[in-house]
Amino acid sequence: MSDKSASAYWTANIRLITICMVIWALVSFGFGIILRPLISGIAVGGTDLGFWFAQQGSILTFIVLVFFYAARMKAIDRDFGVDEQ
Amino acid sequence: MDQFTLNLLVVGASFALYIGIAIWARAGSTSEFYAANRGVHPVLNGMATAADWMSAASFISMAGLIAFVGYDNSTYLMGWTGGYVLLALLLAPYLRKFGRFTVPDFIGDRFYSQTARIVAVACLLTMSITYVIGQMSGAGVAFSRFLEVENQTGLLIASIIVFLYAVIGGMKGITYTQVAQYCVLIIAYTIPAIFISLQLTGNFLPQLGLFGTHAESGVPLLTKLDQVLTELGFRTYTEHHTNTLNMVLFTMSLMIGTAGLPHVIIRFFTVPKVSDARASAGWALVFIALLYTVAPAVGAMARLNIITTIYPDGTDATPLAYADQPDWIANWEQTGLLAFEDLNGDGLIQYYNPTDAFAETAAERGWEGNEMVTFNRDILVLANPEIAGLPPFVIALIAAGGLAAALSTAAGLLLAISAAVSHDLIKSVINPSISEKGELMAARVSMAAAIIVATALAWNPPGFAAQVVALAFGLAASSLFPAIMMGIFSKKMNSAGAITGMLVGILSTLLYIFTYLGWFFIPGTNMLPNTADSWMFGIAPASFGTVGAILNFIAAYVVLAMTKPAPQHIQDLVESIRVPRGASGASSH
Repeated sequence: MSDKSASAYWTANIRLITICMVIWALVSFGFGIILRPLISGIAVGGTDLGFWFAQQGSILTFIVLVFFYAARMKAIDRDFGVDEQ
Repeated sequence: MDQFTLNLLVVGASFALYIGIAIWARAGSTSEFYAANRGVHPVLNGMATAADWMSAASFISMAGLIAFVGYDNSTYLMGWTGGYVLLALLLAPYLRKFGRFTVPDFIGDRFYSQTARIVAVACLLTMSITYVIGQMSGAGVAFSRFLEVENQTGLLIASIIVFLYAVIGGMKGITYTQVAQYCVLIIAYTIPAIFISLQLTGNFLPQLGLFGTHAESGVPLLTKLDQVLTELGFRTYTEHHTNTLNMVLFTMSLMIGTAGLPHVIIRFFTVPKVSDARASAGWALVFIALLYTVAPAVGAMARLNIITTIYPDGTDATPLAYADQPDWIANWEQTGLLAFEDLNGDGLIQYYNPTDAFAETAAERGWEGNEMVTFNRDILVLANPEIAGLPPFVIALIAAGGLAAALSTAAGLLLAISAAVSHDLIKSVINPSISEKGELMAARVSMAAAIIVATALAWNPPGFAAQVVALAFGLAASSLFPAIMMGIFSKKMNSAGAITGMLVGILSTLLYIFTYLGWFFIPGTNMLPNTADSWMFGIAPASFGTVGAILNFIAAYVVLAMTKPAPQHIQDLVESIRVPRGASGASSH
């Protein structure tokens, strides 16, 4: 692997990590805590959307995020020829 | 057959299974002892990680922790699951590629310094030993409750069982035992939850039932809960009552603390490939979420259930007469987890929050105080099968589940401790020429010693058991997590920067915790009272790990700016751990 493609691979990885981390923070610290008052108008079963994110939604999003990252990285590994044979 | 005999049978059968697995999977080499020969399927590793992670406290106390506070304690749910995102994205795949056995191994090699390795071992031992005291005493309590023996006898039984399978099996035995323990604990947890959700909301999925309609009253379950709590003088369940900054920092501390706990990290060394390490974190999260999404539902439903049991005709009508209490209340009253005192002598049970604001209402109704004088939060899970009217077999399963949760976490921690001693201290620092066989023996002996030390410390558990868990998370968050992360993401980070960072992180966190909880937790030596008013910016000691981590990063980069960057061969090493290709199978060096 050349230096150039090594740095391109790492840039692609960092970009993907950044996207995932933004979503990670948004559903937990965002919707679950800080932004809860802003979305309190959306009713969910006796309470509001922020409560649902704090007790259910954030956890479900975390699961999707990790599998999404694992699948995307597998594809990126292959594209750059650094996957495990 | 009576309940006790049934408990013994089910618990005994589960133990026979664990020990059978340990004999089948006994470790023959150091690679098997430390990392199960890197042959564990990612799904099975996810299951083992979930059992490793979820302690007796998660199993028994989590639902109560949410139920008695409500929304504000969602921090535990988000914090203890969000950490796995950090593990999967930032740590696990690279550490797996690095291909060694322990966390100090990575820190020592990456920062090319024995000092860094020893600082990491010190952090690891402090956090794992404090953590394991809680687990062993938790296991002792669980054994004593389910097997009706003294606490200390329970502790001894727990030590012997862990000794049998952890010392023989090492990581390999522990892994497959944890898979079995996960199955036992999740079945035990979800069966009563499904039935209670069906009864209260008609929805068999507790996760949906929590946001469903309360069948009896026809209003949403959470609205109903808010309503009865307010009527009894409690704070609402779904609203936010605490400091937002503290809530954010506490959640973050739990997340990065989780990602920095060595006994969790080493589980990702056992899978065959780098890509497996990423996926395995996802599977771990799936298996953890099965319990963590059910827990808030169990909490809310059990709390409502108990209130409607005491006030069968509504909170403004006559409460339950003490003489008419259902069997399960009588049963649990015997254990002391529930206790009543008829303060106004009317033969009825009044359960409410005796605050000043509620005093007038209470006086009008002739109430002279909350008569449910003990309402232990663990009861919400323990009594669930009886409240839901399930057969005795399910009660026995809860016993086996609670014990499985306690044992699996204790075994994982003991392995992390023994690997730090035999591999990082004996093999890497004291006697590098030790043979493979000698190291395996050293690993077994240090495991046995760790069990003895943990049992001795848990024999008379120090009064600060709850605080030390906060300390373990704070240390993991402020020391190991930033060091590992910089080791991967900052190629130039050098040994001086990393060591300074770790020391600044740990010492600032310790200083903050000791300021409010007393030096070394000795009561009375705290310099400031441990109240929300005196906390700096409203930050609780347990939330300080995040601040410690930030200070760690700042200190490390300041020192890096003033010193030479890491040498070229170390930067090449970092390059190599960033790409998956070339990950070795079993590796000993």
